[in-house]
Amino acid sequence: MAENLTIAVLSGKGGTGKTMVSVNLAAVATGATYIDCDVEEPNGHLFLKPKVFEEETITIGKPEVDQRRCDGCKICSDACAFKALAVVNKKLLIFPEICHSCGLCYHLCPQGALIEVEQSLGVLSKGYRDDLLVLSAELKIGEPSGVPLIKALINNIKGGITIIDGPPGSGCLVHETIARADFCLLVAEPTRFGEQNLALVHQLVSLMGKPAAVLLNKTTGGANASEEYAKANGLSIIATLPWDGQLARTTSSGDLAIDGSEHYRQYFSHLLAQIVEEARRA
Amino acid sequence: MRKLLILSGKGGTGKTTVASAFIALSAARAWADCDVDAPNLHLVSGAFTKSIAKDYHDLPKARIDADFCTACGRCHDVCRFDAITVGSVYQADPIACEGCTFCLHVCPEGAITMEESKAGEIFLHTREDQVFSTATLKMGSGTTGKLVTAVKDQIKGVDAPLAILDGSPGIGCPVIASLTGSTLALMVSEPSVSGLSDLRRVVASALQLDVPVAVVVNKADINSKQCAAIKRYCTDEHIPFLGTIPYDPTVVTHLNEGRNLAHANSPAAVAIKAIWERTAALLEVL
Repeated sequence: MAENLTIAVLSGKGGTGKTMVSVNLAAVATGATYIDCDVEEPNGHLFLKPKVFEEETITIGKPEVDQRRCDGCKICSDACAFKALAVVNKKLLIFPEICHSCGLCYHLCPQGALIEVEQSLGVLSKGYRDDLLVLSAELKIGEPSGVPLIKALINNIKGGITIIDGPPGSGCLVHETIARADFCLLVAEPTRFGEQNLALVHQLVSLMGKPAAVLLNKTTGGANASEEYAKANGLSIIATLPWDGQLARTTSSGDLAIDGSEHYRQYFSHLLAQIVEEARRA
Repeated sequence: MRKLLILSGKGGTGKTTVASAFIALSAARAWADCDVDAPNLHLVSGAFTKSIAKDYHDLPKARIDADFCTACGRCHDVCRFDAITVGSVYQADPIACEGCTFCLHVCPEGAITMEESKAGEIFLHTREDQVFSTATLKMGSGTTGKLVTAVKDQIKGVDAPLAILDGSPGIGCPVIASLTGSTLALMVSEPSVSGLSDLRRVVASALQLDVPVAVVVNKADINSKQCAAIKRYCTDEHIPFLGTIPYDPTVVTHLNEGRNLAHANSPAAVAIKAIWERTAALLEVL
């Protein structure tokens, strides 16, 4: 499998099994890259336990004011779309937690009183598990947006098979995550909650023109709202993964399903081959 | 008004299941779904007699007028959100654009205008003396934190002693927006290595905003060793541990039928009732 293929694993709803599927897929692929884009709550490293060889602090610029130069003219605070700057009694106040780091205030300040200071947003780490490159990043507590971390992570796509473990939801983080994906694997659970959120993320990948298929996880043989959604909306069902208490125990202990089970090793190898096949057709 | 927020860090641990049961058990008159990215609480909130929908607007987004654009590239050079697409005429991507207006300030041709953009819809549902606030985010829209604040603001003025807020997974802007002003954040964890790792981060996020926390473990018997690890963490960190909920396959059946767990007698339902009593007692002293 020498070809280049970036697969994003998504779900809409949290806890459907994105990380379990992503880490097992990545671990059966040869010489692949695993990227954990759930920068708010990264978990892939707990399963893959990579030997980390590099850690990099990702920073973001935030304004600081030189009060000796600032004359309180309000040009910056009037222009800031995010209201991260305010002038009170001729004194400039800065609210870095709502600043989007757009850079406009430095450009506008006639006194040159605003300085951009780099602040840590989180740490990106690179490691290997055998020949699997494992990339993850951890957003600093209290920081509102992990988008710059996700951008830094996906800039490391090096070719070959890349498995991106996505964040939950269908908002800005997910959007950033799938920007570079060739194929999206949607992991869904059989509940109505699962179905609602599958529909949202399916709409998002369709809007972005990404080919996608669904993996029906935790199936019990009973009613499956996600399966009904897929059939009614022309979403390809690539595989089914029945509920298995042993798999739940293995995963909750932070172990890979493929390590203790020939059945799951074959299951995920087969799934990967199917994804490659389906992506090629798309 | 006391505000009880249900969070988890990790997704899919049972926030909405617990929140919906608490709404019934507490006879709450005000509740809100702060998971605007993937809302589900409406599925188990029953029918309402009156609903008001309002458009929710994001910051206006840049639009480049092709008739005036000379492709000089200045907008592209200053945009930090990769929102300007290069071509014979430049285009602004409304999904990537965050509305900062930097491009508008540098365009020498006046070709850029900021256009209002609808980012979602916000709903206020009522029946008798109950109100429920929720929202849907338009695909590709980004400002979830602001929308969460708007959802919470809708029930701010309600004359009720308690509001229950169903939160979102993670620790980013929607979680921070939901935490602001909350009386207590109840963390619904699950007994896994991932569950504990995520719990630590969401607890730290709440404490940084001075919001008190308490913890419960859902599906506790799936992994008793990991459940014990979470209890130990709570003891070490002096976090109130309010109980465990057993894995109970009838929960899914119940929720799929849109029924509230508060009216059931299954093992999970019984456990949630006991946890509600402890949560209510804790809320009394906060």
